[in-house]
Amino acid sequence: MALTKHEIAEQVFNELGFSKKRSIEIIESLIEQIKKSLESGEDVLISGFGKFRVKEKKERKGRNPATGEDAILPARRIVTFNCSGKLRKKINGS
Amino acid sequence: MNKLELISALKNETDISKSEAAKVVQIFFDHMADALANDERVEIRGLCSFFVKKYKSYTGRNPKTGEKVAIKPKRLPFFKSGKELKERVNS
Repeated sequence: MALTKHEIAEQVFNELGFSKKRSIEIIESLIEQIKKSLESGEDVLISGFGKFRVKEKKERKGRNPATGEDAILPARRIVTFNCSGKLRKKINGS
Repeated sequence: MNKLELISALKNETDISKSEAAKVVQIFFDHMADALANDERVEIRGLCSFFVKKYKSYTGRNPKTGEKVAIKPKRLPFFKSGKELKERVNS
């Protein structure tokens, strides 16, 4: 039981009156815009919700937890999320 | 990219009006926030998932003064990048 994009599209259908198919297309497009921005290395900052940030990770030594073998984790880029104060308050119910 | 730029990009890609795009963006993030406030998971395939982690109360210390501080129990959203996003960001 998790919130999915279909439920969000349903809400777009209810509130804006686009067809269901169109509502899904619009939500898919919105998600694609967010991905494109992050892919190009640009953070996505949503006031009242939080920040999606692209971080560069350096190469580091790690270990395969299953075999205990040493391994080199290559340099990579990851996405992190910082919750906004407003969202944090909302989740904590105050 | 901020919320306004996201609205603009959505408007251009889908040929809807600016006010409609603004509404869609608002619905998207409000819905996720509401779900998290109700302790529900959020799963946006290809983008990310969120769930709420609960932390117990503990006694912390102010690192500057060394004073003891009681930290109340709290809830924080935990973010996990989706598979597609992870791969695209890293390629």
